[in-house]
Amino acid sequence: MKLKSLLLGLGLVAGISAAQAEDPFKVGFVYVGPVGDHGWSYEHNRGREELEKHFEGKVTTSYVENVAEGADAERVITQLAKSGNDLIFTTSFGYMNPTLKVAKRFPKTTFEHATGYKRSKNLGTYALRTYEGRYVSGIAAGMMTKTNKVGYIGSFPIPEVFRDINSAYMAAKTVNPNVEFKIVWVNSWYDPGKETDAANALMDQGVDVLLQHTDSPAPLIAAEKRGMRAVGQASDMSHFAPEAHIFSVRDDWAPYYIKTTEAVINGTYEPADFWGGFKDDMLSIASINENLPADVKAKIKVTYDDIRSGKISPFTGPITNNEGKVVVEAGHTLTDTELAQVNWYVEGITDAIPH
Amino acid sequence: MDAELLSQVLFAAIKTGTPLLLIALGEVICEKSGVLNLGQEGMMLMGAVVGFLAAYSSGSVGLGVIGAIIIGMFMSLIFAFLVLHLGANQVATGLALTIFGTGLSAFVGSGVVGQTVQGFQPLIIPVLSDIPFIGHILFTHDLLVYLSFVLAALVSYVATKTRIGLIIKAVGENPHAANAIGIKVLRVRYCAVMFGGAMAGLSGAYMSLVYTPMWIENMTSGRGWIALALVVFASWRVGRIMLGAYLFGLASIMHLVLQGMGWNISPNLLAMLPYVATVVVMVIISADHFKEKLLAPRSLGKPFDPRQMA
Repeated sequence: MKLKSLLLGLGLVAGISAAQAEDPFKVGFVYVGPVGDHGWSYEHNRGREELEKHFEGKVTTSYVENVAEGADAERVITQLAKSGNDLIFTTSFGYMNPTLKVAKRFPKTTFEHATGYKRSKNLGTYALRTYEGRYVSGIAAGMMTKTNKVGYIGSFPIPEVFRDINSAYMAAKTVNPNVEFKIVWVNSWYDPGKETDAANALMDQGVDVLLQHTDSPAPLIAAEKRGMRAVGQASDMSHFAPEAHIFSVRDDWAPYYIKTTEAVINGTYEPADFWGGFKDDMLSIASINENLPADVKAKIKVTYDDIRSGKISPFTGPITNNEGKVVVEAGHTLTDTELAQVNWYVEGITDAIPH
Repeated sequence: MDAELLSQVLFAAIKTGTPLLLIALGEVICEKSGVLNLGQEGMMLMGAVVGFLAAYSSGSVGLGVIGAIIIGMFMSLIFAFLVLHLGANQVATGLALTIFGTGLSAFVGSGVVGQTVQGFQPLIIPVLSDIPFIGHILFTHDLLVYLSFVLAALVSYVATKTRIGLIIKAVGENPHAANAIGIKVLRVRYCAVMFGGAMAGLSGAYMSLVYTPMWIENMTSGRGWIALALVVFASWRVGRIMLGAYLFGLASIMHLVLQGMGWNISPNLLAMLPYVATVVVMVIISADHFKEKLLAPRSLGKPFDPRQMA
């Protein structure tokens, strides 16, 4: 009996030291929505799972979901840093300042913040060229609308969202000169109730195609109910609206998470500002609906290919804003830094930038 | 704004106002009996999550609604036991119930976030729905909206025209007098509180099965609180509650409608309005001298112990 427990004890000690010897690399994630949002956070979480699978046993990950942007975020990020994570991904724009603050306090930990623009010695940023997907969405919306009114559900009035509205509008204009955009802000990334209200308010006003920069499938469900069309956001949302769904612009963060983790492990990591799009396979057009007219389907594919190959680049000048000022000179293409600072609407959008 | 858009907006106002109406109908009976239950939000959230879970796992929205009503009643029973039996403070216990319901619903529902169910389909009433303008606004909703019309009429009738209504009123105005003439005060209050719970559960089910057929943490976003304010606004009268619910509904969608029309007003400002009104009313409820003027049930929020005389 005694011998047995002694052996067991020894075994345990051995087990612990073995674990210490291997000491897996720890990666933490902070999500703004629930992992079940079937949108933004869902895709980040899929990236996390891929990361863990890729490094099998050598990397362990953990995540905190539903973290409000602001003071709460700082507490959560600090907690992740304190609990020994070597690399922390914070995955929403509003985590920018909290991440910067915590990064200063934990210089040995590496931080990566999605969609922001503040960097430091141990803090890099990464973003998706969502405007590429938005351009394709604009093409489809412009071709599919019969009322020439496209509804756009915005989350927060920030550059990322303005930029994407512009991209979609410019694209729609190329295929339908009479197209008009109606923009509604819901001031939330994920609020199915509000998103439904917004979708209905837009459809009440004659909108028949919905685009969204919010994360829930609620607008698609609303469109399905009323026989309208909509484009899915961030992940494949086709099953929520089999008829209404045009296609989904799908995010894929795994390639970046794997690459960055590898760099930190190997000691080759340098904080930078990385932008991934169609070309990097971090953004794709998923589940194009079979029920679309053939010419729309073809145009969607061609536009995708053209952006991927660099033939189309949405933000190449001359571009004039809706106050009549030239914001992109002829021949110039906005750099990534400039893309992160778009605070104007392109000529033709009748709304004013909200303050 | 043309007639078509106006009718769409009013239609949406009724849809948005319905959860408020349902929960306020329960709360008004509860308050008329002299019990202030601030746990509405918590009960509503539990109703929403349990209703969704039941509908999701069984595939039947009807079962979802029943599940939501049962959990609402169960939650209110906890509240009733604490405040009626043990004489706990009603305000504190109600707040605790809300916090408890918020947390528990998030926990219970974490597995089904992002799932969806086939909610109630619109039930277009023949003939009536053909009436120009009004037909669309009133008669192209789903079953629960019609049910809310019927329940409002029923609650109004029972509260003002029947003996039961009088008994509830007696208990809420002067429980000692009611006790003296042989009314079982606590039993009446138990029933009233549980009716409130059932309605809160139903209102929650409306949110997760009709309004947005999915579950997400905190999806009621303060509607339980707005309903509490609504009851006071309406000075405990059902007709006014109904009107108020639709006005609140209108206020909460108006900012989206106006934005779509290209008005450049801060959406945050407009979105805030229903909540500002709620805060003002909450302040009023807690001040005694206002209560008299608003015709509040005189013993609202006061515990009753049959062993003590007034």
